[in-house]
Parts: sequence; C-alpha cells; structure tokens
Amino acid sequence: MGRLSVNLCGIELDNPVIPASGTFGFGYEFAELYDINCLGTFSFKGTTKDARFGNPTPRIAECPSGMINAVGLQNPGVEKVISTELPKLKKCFNKPVMANVSGFSVDDYAYTCEKLDKEEQVGWLEVNVSCPNVHGGGMSFGTDPSAAAEVTRAVKSVTEKPVIVKLSPNVTDIVAIAKACEEAGADGISLINTMLGMRIDLNKRQPVIKNKMGGFSGSAIFPVAVRMVYQVSHAVKIPVVGMGGVSSAEDVVEMMMAGATAVEIGAQNLVNPYACRDIIDELPSVLDKYRINNINDIIGVVE
Amino acid sequence: MKQVLLTVKENIPLTENVYKMTLCGDCSDITASGQFVNIKLDGLFLRRPISVCDRDGDTLTIIYKVVGKGTQAMKELENGAVLDVLTGLGNGYDLEKSGSSPLLIGGGVGVPPMYLLAKKLLEQGKRVSVVLGFNTKSEVFYENEFKALGCDVTVTTVDGSYGVKGFVTNAMDKDYTYFYCCGPEPMLKAVYKISNTSGQFSFEERMGCGFGACMGCSCKTITGYKRICKDGPVLEKEEILWED
Repeated sequence: MGRLSVNLCGIELDNPVIPASGTFGFGYEFAELYDINCLGTFSFKGTTKDARFGNPTPRIAECPSGMINAVGLQNPGVEKVISTELPKLKKCFNKPVMANVSGFSVDDYAYTCEKLDKEEQVGWLEVNVSCPNVHGGGMSFGTDPSAAAEVTRAVKSVTEKPVIVKLSPNVTDIVAIAKACEEAGADGISLINTMLGMRIDLNKRQPVIKNKMGGFSGSAIFPVAVRMVYQVSHAVKIPVVGMGGVSSAEDVVEMMMAGATAVEIGAQNLVNPYACRDIIDELPSVLDKYRINNINDIIGVVE
Repeated sequence: MKQVLLTVKENIPLTENVYKMTLCGDCSDITASGQFVNIKLDGLFLRRPISVCDRDGDTLTIIYKVVGKGTQAMKELENGAVLDVLTGLGNGYDLEKSGSSPLLIGGGVGVPPMYLLAKKLLEQGKRVSVVLGFNTKSEVFYENEFKALGCDVTVTTVDGSYGVKGFVTNAMDKDYTYFYCCGPEPMLKAVYKISNTSGQFSFEERMGCGFGACMGCSCKTITGYKRICKDGPVLEKEEILWED
C-alpha cells in the first residue's frame, strides 16, 4: 500500500483519482493515449435500461471557467454495455470499474443494477439520481429524500456490490438527501453532479443549447462542490466521493481535506485528455509540499 | 490524436474577418485532409476546433473566421506565440472513391479543408474541379491558391458581385465522378439534393472534447449514432439523416 492508496467502500484504490462518468466514455478512447491502469478506477458512461440517443444538438456551451452540457444520457443500454463495452474495456483496464447507472423509474434502476451486479469487472455501482438533462428522469429522484431512499433500497436489494449514490447540487438541503440514502443502505455518496445552468446566444436571441438548460461543470463550480462535500461528509458516516471542478492535484487535496475519501475529475478530461494521469503524477510532490505523509491523513481534517 | 505545442509563424487577414494562421511543430498526426485540430486558448475553458487547410511537413495552415470569443482570441495571437493543440482529430476525407474527376465544393469557411484535399487528389493524378461559394466579392479568398495547384476553379457569390451569381449549386452543372463538400448546413442540404453522384460531406457541431469522449456532438445516421468529432466530421452521402 502506497501513500496514495485509499479504501473506497471495501475496495482498495492505488490512488484516489477517478475520471467522472460522462467524461471518460468506456475508457478505451483514453487508453489510446496512456495506460489507464494508473487510475484509481473510473466511472463509466451513464448507463440506462434501454439505449438512448440523448438530446438534440447543440449540447455544449462555453462558460467562464467551465462548460454546460446537455448530452442527455446517450448510451447503448445495459445489455450492449455488458456485451460490447465491457469486453473492450477488459483489454485495456484490469482494475474494478465503477458502473454509473441512471433510470426513469425505481424498477429501471433495479433492472440495470441487477444486470451489472453479475459483471466481475464492476467494483461499485454509482447510482445517479441527479442527471439534470433528462426531463422526468434521474433528478426527480435526487431532489426528494424519500425518493432517493427508495431508489437506494431497490438497488441494494439486487446487488452485493457497494452502492454509491450520486447526488445533485440543485437542491435546498443536500444533507437531508445524503442522510436518507445512508439510512436506506447506501455504502457511499458521490457529489456533486453538475449545476443547472443556461447560456443565451445574443445574435440568435436563443439559448445556446437546444435543450435550453444543461449541467454546468468545470473549475467555476469547485467552491460549491467543496462546500457540499464538507457538509455531507460531516453529516454521514459512509465514505464520500468528491467531485465538481477538480482540475489539479491541489484541488484533489482540498477536496479530501473537506472530507472526500476519493475524488472524481470530470470536465477537465475534456480539455486535457491527460488530466488524470498528470494529477496522479503530481500528487506525491503536492503531498510533500503540504507535509502530508499519507493521503489518508488528510481525509476530512477540516472540522 | 496527439497533444503538441505549435508556434505561430504567421497570422494574417485574408478578408475583413477571415484569417490565415500558419503554425509550426509536430504535425505528424495529421494524416488526412478534412481532419481538424483543437486549440487551447488562454482564458477560455473549451478548446476550439478548427479544420486543417494544409499540412506540409512541420507546417500547419488553418483558416478561421472571427465569429466569437475563441476566434477573436486567435486573431490577437502574435508570431512566436505557442499553442497547446490536439492534432489529427476526425476521420478526414476518403480519397479512394473520388474517381477520375472529382468536384470539390466549399462554402465560406468550408473552403479551407478543400485545399489539402485538392492537393492530395492532384498528387494522385485526378482532374480536380472546385466550386468556391461566398456571399460577396470582398469575402472571396483562396481562388488563386486553388488555381496555382492546377484546379479548375469556379467562384460563386450570392449577390453576383464576383464570378457566377448565386449559390454553389448554380455552378455544379458539370461532369464529375464524385464530390466532396464542406460549408454551412443549408448549403450541404442543397448540394445533397442537386448532386447526381455519390459524395462526402463534412459537418460542423459544437464540441466538448473533440476526441470522442463526451458525446457532445452526436448525430443520427442511417448506420447508427455517430460522433461528429471522432466518427466524422466527414460522412458519406448515403448515410446522412437530415434532422427537420
């Protein structure tokens, strides 16, 4: 065990760096660029029961220090993910992967998770109750404590794998939702998903994004993410995976000081495809700089 | 795909708001015409995808129109500036299907990718005709460059102030074995309708990553969902599904 390794819900990670769902595909695009086995793990593209094309384009908008996306959970559906994507991934990634799951009903979530539960490659199920880009979709579960708890219970009943519930920041009281998921049996909480945002094209007098609104991510949202990770990690006993605008090794350290056991990196992968590898390479010297012996020593040090 | 540092050697206006930038460095990943590069610019979060106009050894030429913050920032770059660039993105044009006398159709900033394509086709001994469409005389660029390569060039302007009056489709009444087309979507649709051979179209879309990871630029085709950045930007006429 090195000084970077952490334990996430019973599974050892070589380091706490995890590319976030939706920014890393099913890994193999990045495996052409570098050996992705250097990662702690990664969270694969949000998977649903049935195949989805997602939203009409444009799906992307530039923002100051960030971006908005409204992809809308484009994915080939869980059967294809298992039959096509996972075998391709196996050729370039030999660690347990985090399976990211979305749904439109409690039964959807349970169906998809039950299928993925049988896959040896899957280490954790990250249950997304927070996608802002699908009408009537995941986020309605993530904005209500009892609905989030219901999804958590349903998923827990069909899997032995650790269940990490991914929460939305677009709520009044994220702590109440996190606690409800913990009580319903969640093994971990990940946060934050993107923040609901919008841009307008001044020439066209229309939203830049066809779907009008989308999820705002990138370094601009980092302070909000740190605040919410701090609030949630101090209110629950289960591990918290922190994400939202993380773009450097110092951001990883800050997120862990706020209370995160591991850290996901999203939008930065799109700007710099080598971002996660670079951050992992930088972490030891950043730990030295802040006189941190072992990365576990800083998890939640901020009281 | 390769991440490289390229140095600006030249950045000059061709018309009032269209600029030509020459960059120097490792361009080895640019292997086909119709590919693009994705440029990181100070103060902007997302990279800016720009099509390849020409690549000659270590020299890359791109031509861009100043339309927003990204291209404005590019316009202000001075010689010697060093840019972080992802190169060799996208599939590019397939030269195999061109036949003996292909027709190349470019509209506005859809003209530049036709240049490297024309060069490559001429190298193969093809007889290359080019139709370049613009709105008005003052917007015309690269006519002489295509002529210097040895192409048969027709320029169209919408207002008739130069060349053939009208759209590129008003200058397509010639014999051609295949076509390649890049330009604004209404032009692509018009060419799709009027063309009497098979061909290839290059598409544009707002992109997140530019290398196939984010699904930001997906489109539907006859053969399934495709990412403009990775499976495109070039699609074959037969696989295109026009939305609304």
